[in-house]
Amino acid sequence: MSMAGAADATLVRPGEAAETEEKAFGFWIYLMSDAIIFALLFMTYLVMFGNTAGGPEAKDVFSLERAAAETFLLLVSSTTFGMASIAAARADRERVVMWLVVTAALGLGFLFLEFDEFRGMIAEGAGPQRSGFLSAFFTLVGTHGLHVSIGLLWIFVMLGQIWMKGLTLPVLSRLYRLGLFWHFLDIIWVAIFSIVYLPGLL
Amino acid sequence: MDASGLPNERSAAPYLFGLALALILTAVPFGLVYFGGLEPTTTLIVIAFFAVAQILVHLRFFLHIDFHSTPTENLVVMAFAIVLMCIMVGGSLWIMFDLDWRMMV
Amino acid sequence: MDFFGRLTLDSLPFYSAIAASGAGVTVLGGLSVVALVTYLGAWKTLFGEWLTSLDHKKIGIMYVVVALVMLIRGFIDAAMMRSQQAIAYNNDGYLPPDHFDQIFSSHGTIMIFFMAMPFLSGIINFVMPQQIGSRDVAFPFMNAVSLWLTAAGAGLVLISLVIGKFSTAGWTGYPPYSGPEYTPGVGVDYWLWAVLISGIGSTMSGINFLVTILKRRAPGMTMFRLPLFTWTVFVAAVLMIFAFPALTVACVMLALDRTLDFHFFTNAGGGNMMNYINLFWLWGHPEVYILILPAFGVFSEVVAVFSQKRLFGYISLVLATMAIGILSFTVWLHHFFTMGSSETVNSFFGIMTTIIAVPTGVKVFDWLLTMFRGRLIFKPPMLFTIGFLVTFVIGGLSGVLLAMPPVDYLMHNTTFLIAHFHNMIIPGVLFGYLAGYMFWFPKAFGFKLNEWWGAASFWCWIIGFYLAFMPLYVLGLMGMPRRMEHYDIASWQPHLIVAAIGAFIIFVGIICLGVQLYVSIRDRKSAMDVSGDPWNARSLEWLTASPPAPYNFAVLPKVQAIDAFWDMKARGVAYQKPAEYEPITLPKNTLIPLLVGGTAFVFGFAMVWWIWWLAIATLAFIGALIVLRSFDDDPDFTMPASTVQAIEDRRYEQLAKAPKNEMADDPGYAGDPSPDPLPEGAR
Repeated sequence: MSMAGAADATLVRPGEAAETEEKAFGFWIYLMSDAIIFALLFMTYLVMFGNTAGGPEAKDVFSLERAAAETFLLLVSSTTFGMASIAAARADRERVVMWLVVTAALGLGFLFLEFDEFRGMIAEGAGPQRSGFLSAFFTLVGTHGLHVSIGLLWIFVMLGQIWMKGLTLPVLSRLYRLGLFWHFLDIIWVAIFSIVYLPGLL
Repeated sequence: MDASGLPNERSAAPYLFGLALALILTAVPFGLVYFGGLEPTTTLIVIAFFAVAQILVHLRFFLHIDFHSTPTENLVVMAFAIVLMCIMVGGSLWIMFDLDWRMMV
Repeated sequence: MDFFGRLTLDSLPFYSAIAASGAGVTVLGGLSVVALVTYLGAWKTLFGEWLTSLDHKKIGIMYVVVALVMLIRGFIDAAMMRSQQAIAYNNDGYLPPDHFDQIFSSHGTIMIFFMAMPFLSGIINFVMPQQIGSRDVAFPFMNAVSLWLTAAGAGLVLISLVIGKFSTAGWTGYPPYSGPEYTPGVGVDYWLWAVLISGIGSTMSGINFLVTILKRRAPGMTMFRLPLFTWTVFVAAVLMIFAFPALTVACVMLALDRTLDFHFFTNAGGGNMMNYINLFWLWGHPEVYILILPAFGVFSEVVAVFSQKRLFGYISLVLATMAIGILSFTVWLHHFFTMGSSETVNSFFGIMTTIIAVPTGVKVFDWLLTMFRGRLIFKPPMLFTIGFLVTFVIGGLSGVLLAMPPVDYLMHNTTFLIAHFHNMIIPGVLFGYLAGYMFWFPKAFGFKLNEWWGAASFWCWIIGFYLAFMPLYVLGLMGMPRRMEHYDIASWQPHLIVAAIGAFIIFVGIICLGVQLYVSIRDRKSAMDVSGDPWNARSLEWLTASPPAPYNFAVLPKVQAIDAFWDMKARGVAYQKPAEYEPITLPKNTLIPLLVGGTAFVFGFAMVWWIWWLAIATLAFIGALIVLRSFDDDPDFTMPASTVQAIEDRRYEQLAKAPKNEMADDPGYAGDPSPDPLPEGAR
């Protein structure tokens, strides 16, 4: 492949490179606004940490092992996405698909664990309707999970686009933004286990 | 950035190195909580430091953010967002805990 | 699962004459629009050239249409409140409390979210890309989606008059009153979803404007050569991006409380109501600066053009704008000084609030110094500007009073507060965008607005404003709370009667705006703007044709100084014909943004009425539309150079025939020496 990168420079339409950069920058700004949303959800969680209304507290319902497993899955999935990014830079279509599938599997595993956690908590009367603390917990962690789910759907869409169009510049551009999104979610998760799970189980 | 406007990544090294660092930075706080041993306040401070460190690891090794290849405007937007988060979260926590103390709200 | 959720025939407004007439007017309004378009045979044009357009100029115009329609709707609310309060001394008036509460709630919600925000988004959309020498915003598709999401929100507020009721919790929706225990009906839900859906549109617009300004400036247009209007848009865009998340969080939490029985803000179960207020105002304060900064930008442009003098103190204006932007995130607690914070917290935010008045003061001096030794032309945009300068300062002074917590304890939630913020928003925001509307109208449509009716409108607005709101300052000091449906203190009534008269005069002012539009359209042939530069203005948007070609500039201008267009005119290069033209790529029209907006409206409706299957289906459909768009490899079309040439040739023909600009100087006029110390073309 050419030294200039996966997208052969001669195939780039005039203005397309600038458009790609603009879209990446615009998406970065969106991620910053998303970061504010999460920051405020964290703030709410901290403010409502003691609002247990006589119900279950953090240490009654959190599990360190599960949090560790979720952390591991998400962290590795960030690495595997990185592998997909490198394969994309090398224009290696099969490898991109493979690494994306692995990332999706890890993400699915994360969501399964989280769904199971929520289901269990609700079953034992520790659902979001039980207290302000639990409302805040479910909303903060649930919003992150919702973002991961959207990321997962996005991976599937990208698999479809790669299959149909190959690694064109628009496809690579979307893949790049998906990568920003996916790594961003792992950063939020670091904050989640550091602010929610670990202090809750202290 | 290359001719296509996207970063031209070739090496898996940053990701693998980042993964290794992140695993350590995760294992320590988890271990502290699992095994106990330190005062709660100290543990919290250690957790906080390791979290910030790990976020920096993610930014550097997964998102490839640094001072020469990342465009200035991206860095400025991020810095601004961080400043705002400090003001908004810090201010809100001050207000809410002050209200709790004074009004038991 | 109920097919219709909690929607029943009882939701129709036949329980009261007032509700039924409100619904009737809304339905009739909608039907008459449909009838008018059919009568004019304009459906194909409407869909083909407007509703599916991604052109920032058309999107801007459509935003302004939304704003002007909602101005009328919001004003009707105001008129009803004023008339109720004028008569309701020791009697119930004509408006039962439940209606009155819906009316003050919808008045605020409409004026802020569906009048002021679309008005500024529209003017920014139309003007800013041209001012920076660009062909469009950075993300035209997302731009259209923002417009239609805003329209969807407006639609939800309008339909609440016909099916169900609107919120009675004010435009701020404080819990626990707005929570499920105390207001379980659909009203607050209509409010929530209207605000959430249009809020997403606003956040996206902020991102769009910011990226456009940073990445799409013409060659030579450095940041410090940007016109002031664009600078204010830049800072307002930053505020949009970073403030709306707080509103989203507050409203989603309230929605979760109402819909899924969460306990964010409930009385029992560990809710914390003050957190809502904290989150709401974290957004709410930057929001008022989002509203006002672009208006300040309009005033900067207008005052320079109609003083026929360069804007004074460019750098100080830019720095003041930036200072206002940053400081706007540090004052939010002043909206709830009285709600229990300690003196330390109150003092900090009181001091920050006093500080934020300073940069605005700097701007006022800069505008006054622009006028000083200028040759003033009192056309309507300038009338609005001068009216603003006098009246806004009064409102600012009352704000500095309120900034002191002990004083605020006396006046919070009285009509003094109402007077204060209307004293900022009407002369500030509304006069600014009315001035902008009249200033840029010829650029958008190719003919000028009638100036007599514009001046009449101004005088009605300013006289009406003083009559309507100065009594409210007095009443607030006399102790009258806000939002009162009836009262029993005799000494209040005369003031409220004067206020009602003021509202009536404002009503006449709005009629004047309508007449102005009608007369201008009728007489447009005699007020054509052939040159594209009717005011002998200073910035690049006046270089384009009136109305501009779809691509704005056939050749991107090369900027060499502040007041780029003025500089080009001075150097004699403004209207140079290029040797040849290039083909130009533009986005194709598409139905998808309109579909997204329409589906979002149905989604909001479904969430309000708990029609879960519909909510899921519409959400999935929106997702599908976005994915579908992402598969489109061919969203643009290329206009061949020959077409560009044809359009430009016609433009040059028109320019040759253009009469002398009424605001141009006579040849040989040397002008007064400018007191501005900045050298020509600085930075």
